[in-house]
Amino acid sequence: MSDCHDCPSPDTQRKPHNPGTPLIALVGQPNVGKSTVFNLLTGMNQHVGNWPGKTVERKEGTFKYAGKKFTLVDLPGTYSLSANSAEELITREFIVTESPDLVVALVNAASLERSLYLVAELIALPAPLLVVLNMMDVAEQEGYHIEPDVLEAALGVPVIAFTATHLQNTQPLLMAMKTTVEQSIQHQRRIPAIRQDHQLVLDEVTAHLEKYPLAPYPVDWVALKLLEGDVEITRKIKGMMPPQEWEEIHYHLRQHDDALLAIASGRYEWIGRMTRAAVTRPKVGQISLTDRLDRWAAHPVAGLLTLGLVLGFVFWLTFTLGSPLQILMENYLVIPAANLASEALSSAPAWLRGSIVEGIIGGVGSVLTFLPILIIFFACFGFLEDVGYMARAAFVMDNFMHWMGLHGKSFLPLFLGFGCNVPAVIGTRTIDSWKSRILTILLAPLVPCTARMAVVAFLAPIFFGDKAIFVVWGLVALSIVILILLGVILNRVLFKGERSAFIMEMPLYHIPNWRTIRLLVWQRSLSFIKKAGTTILVISLIIWLLGYLPNGNPDNNLLTKTGRFLEPAGSIMGLDWRLTVALLTSFLAKENAIATLGVLFGSAAGSGFTQAIAAAYSPATALAFLTVSILFIPCAATVAVIRQETGSWKWTFLNIGLMLFISVLAGVIVYHAAGWVG
Amino acid sequence: MIKPQIENRIRLSEINTGRQVTLARVQVGLELTSRLTSLGLTPGVKVQVLQNHGRGPIIINVRGTHVALGRGEAEKLLVEPCGDA
Repeated sequence: MSDCHDCPSPDTQRKPHNPGTPLIALVGQPNVGKSTVFNLLTGMNQHVGNWPGKTVERKEGTFKYAGKKFTLVDLPGTYSLSANSAEELITREFIVTESPDLVVALVNAASLERSLYLVAELIALPAPLLVVLNMMDVAEQEGYHIEPDVLEAALGVPVIAFTATHLQNTQPLLMAMKTTVEQSIQHQRRIPAIRQDHQLVLDEVTAHLEKYPLAPYPVDWVALKLLEGDVEITRKIKGMMPPQEWEEIHYHLRQHDDALLAIASGRYEWIGRMTRAAVTRPKVGQISLTDRLDRWAAHPVAGLLTLGLVLGFVFWLTFTLGSPLQILMENYLVIPAANLASEALSSAPAWLRGSIVEGIIGGVGSVLTFLPILIIFFACFGFLEDVGYMARAAFVMDNFMHWMGLHGKSFLPLFLGFGCNVPAVIGTRTIDSWKSRILTILLAPLVPCTARMAVVAFLAPIFFGDKAIFVVWGLVALSIVILILLGVILNRVLFKGERSAFIMEMPLYHIPNWRTIRLLVWQRSLSFIKKAGTTILVISLIIWLLGYLPNGNPDNNLLTKTGRFLEPAGSIMGLDWRLTVALLTSFLAKENAIATLGVLFGSAAGSGFTQAIAAAYSPATALAFLTVSILFIPCAATVAVIRQETGSWKWTFLNIGLMLFISVLAGVIVYHAAGWVG
Repeated sequence: MIKPQIENRIRLSEINTGRQVTLARVQVGLELTSRLTSLGLTPGVKVQVLQNHGRGPIIINVRGTHVALGRGEAEKLLVEPCGDA
């Protein structure tokens, strides 16, 4: 079964890394500014891929310092080495089994105590460790004063302070990394102590474990994880030994099935000892900036109002700035390019000229004009994420998400869906419970993405003139209402109303890092351009060819035939064959609906298309088409990630089926209701 | 249903905004325990309630970190008054 999405990879063998290029692992808890540091160090020399067999993003980059090249792997953020999610499991497996030359543990200086919890686990592992205190500026602002040297002396591993805002600040960090990689002097590490009775159990378990080849896992570490009750390690070890032997180990462990609390407490006591001399805490009762802002942003009423204003502003900005840019791109890039190509190919055969001018430039060009809208949306989202606002949005939405058996964390990926459903589905990884995650994935395609919004925003004025804005907002509201209803129903039917725990860190507000936001926008835009250059290009070409073959006669080409074949199905929603074909092609990419209609109505751009299409359809048909368009089955890219993230075709097809059913039903209702109203 | 050890312990969800309490008991499943502890919530730790509006999730300050907790989770954490409130 491929359902086992977070099983540890079987090849835990240490891959020999290039001896000349030390491998450095960057780890840290979420919200410590890890990606900012990673981007600062590697710049554009980074590669984003996937962990083998996993759906988690793997970011790897290189940098040079003092003539030496280093490889830096950005591991997913994790609060501890207890693997509570697929991402945390990856981080743990990497550190424990890949034996990097250096583990750089990034720590949030503003919440040092909690942040050092991960270090308390890392320090017990054999890999060389460097602790980097990030966000020193935020810490100062919150009233903390930290002395890195004192902390270093206490921990027995090198500690340096860092503020990831300027490039020149990286020099001491680079030097510290280089010396720690090259050093031969072993520091005397201080490791958190284990309670006496637990130590006895550990010794007992270790004695059993030593008979088995556990490498590359350190035996002590495995024993500790067994005592903590770690599900993954327990399963692994249980499968390794004969049942009687496991029974013996299990007998010892069972006496202490609450050991995790004691071990965790022990780690915090250790942290308390380590930081006692190094940290001066703020005066009690001091009200920080975050507290003041949260009285608004996280208030049950004012918070919702704030969220409404923020989201409204994001959409306003996106479409006010984005739409004129889109028209500019259409007028000054797409149309001139089409004219230029048309002239250059004037002597070429009609099929070649047509496929390039109308198929490629018309199709891909109109899709690429969405880029400004997407860039602005992604930038707004990146900004809100980076300043720490998104956690507040999740917090105030928690109550509403309860109706659907979800909690606040599901709000973020759904909101991201307004940009594009693909990152929305991928964004559900932050949701810790599998059921909540599945439900969020199933609901994500109901969030109208920019591509669908653009289709609707483009066609609505053509059909409805001045009233277009009401139509657009009405359709968005309809999508949201259906999303909530479907959420409530699915939660009852599929999950019997169960709900998962809501625990989330509320990061301190801080000044955004433009570099991080820029890189995020760049990576997301790049993947959109790639999509335009591949899937959408091929589809545009195929649509044009289908509309041309076999002989360029508009009345008996293949596209017309397909559309006419499916017309009976479309006609119950008032759609003719051209609109039916437009819907079909939107499966490959939502924006295709416009490109297809452009091809079908004879010209890729220009006023002719607009007038022709406005004249061709009644308002009822137009409204039904827009309704179905905004609710139709997820695009191919979204389907692909749904399959990837759920690991099952069952959920994928259920999702497609649901969307098809909902969209057709809504289409039929809207068409007949609109016809009846008149 | 009899819950023997709760007499003078209160649920975290019942603590008003601004008050500080000591976490007495974490009695939840292993996975939730693991997530709570990695965010700093271990027995004996001082917890300050930053926001509790009587319904919906609450915000607490634990070990210098602000943590949002669902009401259901806050109901499962038992606390004791800790003097310096």
